[in-house]
Amino acid sequence: MNVLLWVVAPYIALTVFVLGHLWRYRYDKFGWTTRSSQMYESRLLRVGSPLFHFGILVVLLGHVGGLVIPKSWTEAAGVSEETYHVVAVVLGTIAGVCTLGGLAILIYRRRTVGPVFTATTRNDKLMYAVLTLVIVLGLAATVMANLVGGGYDYRATVSPWFRSIFYLRPDPALMAGAPPLFQLHALSALLLFAIWPFTRLVHMLTAPIGYLTRPYVVYRSRDDMRAGSRTPRRGWEPSR
Amino acid sequence: MRVMAQLAMVMNLDKCIGCHTCSVTCKQAWTNRAGTEYVWFNNVETRPGQGYPRTYQDQERWRGGWELNRRGRLRLKAGGRLKKLLTIFANPLMPSIGDYYEPWTYDYDRLFSAPATEDTPVARPRSLISGEPTKITWSANWDDNLAGGPELAPGDPVLKRVSDQVRLEFERAFMFYLPRICEHCLNPSCVASCPSGALYKRSEDGIVLVDQDRCRGWRMCVTGCPYKKVYFNHRTGKAEKCTFCFPRVEVGIPTVCSETCVGRLRYIGLVLYDADRVAEAAAVPEEKDLFEAQKSVLLDPHDPRVADAARRSGIPEDWLEAAGRSPIHKLIFTYGVALPLHPEFRTMPMVWYIPPLSPVVDVLRDTGHDGEDAGNLFGAIDALRIPVGYLAELFTAGDVEPVRAVLRRLAAMRSYMRRLNLGQEPDESIAAGVGMTGEQVEAMHRLLAVAPYGERYVIPKAHAEQGAQLEELATGCSLDYAGGPGMTGPFGEASGPPAPVAVENFHALRQRQAGDELDEADELRGRVNLLNWDGKGTPEGLFPPKRKRQDNS
Ligand code: SF4
Ligand code: SF4
Repeated sequence: MNVLLWVVAPYIALTVFVLGHLWRYRYDKFGWTTRSSQMYESRLLRVGSPLFHFGILVVLLGHVGGLVIPKSWTEAAGVSEETYHVVAVVLGTIAGVCTLGGLAILIYRRRTVGPVFTATTRNDKLMYAVLTLVIVLGLAATVMANLVGGGYDYRATVSPWFRSIFYLRPDPALMAGAPPLFQLHALSALLLFAIWPFTRLVHMLTAPIGYLTRPYVVYRSRDDMRAGSRTPRRGWEPSR
Repeated sequence: MRVMAQLAMVMNLDKCIGCHTCSVTCKQAWTNRAGTEYVWFNNVETRPGQGYPRTYQDQERWRGGWELNRRGRLRLKAGGRLKKLLTIFANPLMPSIGDYYEPWTYDYDRLFSAPATEDTPVARPRSLISGEPTKITWSANWDDNLAGGPELAPGDPVLKRVSDQVRLEFERAFMFYLPRICEHCLNPSCVASCPSGALYKRSEDGIVLVDQDRCRGWRMCVTGCPYKKVYFNHRTGKAEKCTFCFPRVEVGIPTVCSETCVGRLRYIGLVLYDADRVAEAAAVPEEKDLFEAQKSVLLDPHDPRVADAARRSGIPEDWLEAAGRSPIHKLIFTYGVALPLHPEFRTMPMVWYIPPLSPVVDVLRDTGHDGEDAGNLFGAIDALRIPVGYLAELFTAGDVEPVRAVLRRLAAMRSYMRRLNLGQEPDESIAAGVGMTGEQVEAMHRLLAVAPYGERYVIPKAHAEQGAQLEELATGCSLDYAGGPGMTGPFGEASGPPAPVAVENFHALRQRQAGDELDEADELRGRVNLLNWDGKGTPEGLFPPKRKRQDNS
């Protein structure tokens, strides 16, 4: 059971994540977009969207810090476990609440603004459900661990397990002992990674960082376009 | 000197009758799809008026185009790169659907399905955005022909810049139409705003296009364009814009809007420009100098040094030759009557306009004067501050002198040609008064009034080496098949397998175009696609079958 949950599932999710993106990129470049709904409504979006996105970026950084960087490194840098823990919990909770608040506004907006709701596909709904689940569980795990117990040192269990997956020496035992909320959070995250390439979340992978350095005006030659009898590209839907 | 070629257009506003044919044919060809219901790549606005989208010219509000920073360097008016990335999650400057208009359809079905009653059933409007019944309160040309005049016209941002008194007189005094497409700018701020680099300027012919596969829907281009000519397809989540009908011009035929223009007022041709000087010219400190600066970037194709540099930059010989015959170059330089639209946006727009003289003539006629007499016209151009001031705000960043000069030339042409028409002696002094010769005036008159197809459109073909591939360029025209892919894909709107898009053989069309026969090309039979219907022949299905005339003798 442990092997199934903490070894097989992560590898499946990872494989689907990577191959899924490759496949989607080749097959569906045209569908690779944020599908912004700002045209329909921007008052709620203007609050909710930055709140959510900046929140989740901080959360992401926090996860990178907590999962990828081994405890021994931070300690070697002179950061004690207590300091680390306090900073992580405070920042994490603030960012988590922002993210969740932003998400709540966005979901409320999706549901109540007519045009936005009509433009919501089933795919989007599934994505929203899983995403909310992951965020709620993650926030709950942090809050519960610190309210009930004196905090949980996930850097002794969850993080080494996470890294062990990438070393190709997975160690399920580490995860088996973690509190259930942490386990659920990890599992739901795996689910999110597995559906990721098939949802609009793909836009994150093409975050336009290159914009900061490229020249303003882009020139391209006609020759760059694929030549000859290329396969016809996707067309558009006629207006009603 | 880095010479590049640019396809440019000139529109002669005196001849626009505001019929919207260009808009409609363009829409049929390019934007008759879900998600682009509100999109008009070509629109015709009545001036004074608010334009489409409403008040787009007010850059204090919409912040499109470029501005100079404190060091005198060009910077996007909406903010630098970092700011753009930080506001990417909710673009504060993006027009909402209400600023364009909420597209609608009618409940036509009710007309047939309603039960028999006393009252005639009515088809009610329904929003194409939400599907709900709606009230129509605005459209792309709601203030057409000054409709709603006293209430709506004062919302015109250009009118606001001309003084109060001028405003009052103006509304009484005149009105004209301004057809607009994407300007295919030399210094496109839409391209500069795109974080993913999906928008690009084609190096061969300067057409600005959106790569649909690279667009990620960040919406910054919509803000970046001061003319608001990039649109967001709200169903596919991608930006779309005027394509200068590239599949057509690549084989040497004009854009759909030009082809179908009832007034025959559009001209298409090449200009050569020095790409190295664009940024410098767009950054001249005085807004009023921008018009001259923009002209100074364009090169004279007859200058042997330019021709040499052009060859070195890889411009083919036939393109050089076409640049030499370009009606655009003639109208801007030889006759000096074409002006750019809003040069103060600093994007170096490449659709130029010949300002209308007819409002001045109308005033003269209405006040009982001879509207074709040179003296009267010159006097009126100098005296009528209103139209000239307004036109200057549109075309020369408020500098009235160039506008006056153009109007004088048009006036001189009018009276000079009238004398000829009436069989009188040509009066060289009229031509000399505006710095031209009688011969030049006649040549200009020919180009503006009676020039045939081949002189109005001098479009070199894209290169033969590339012909085979161009011929098969799928343009994704939605008219080509009935069902469309729809929301069939598993990932929502825009996903799913590629749908077959028919490939039109534009080369065949070109042959038809150039020929005199009114025959039907086989490959067009049975399908009516306005993107490549040329007005010749009668494609099956476009018109109802002709009834046989009864012989009743
Ligand atoms: S007018 Fe056309 S080329 Fe110029 S900025 Fe706007 S969209 Fe870009
Ligand atoms: S088709 Fe020609 S005359 Fe008619 S509105 Fe368009 S530009 Fe003007």
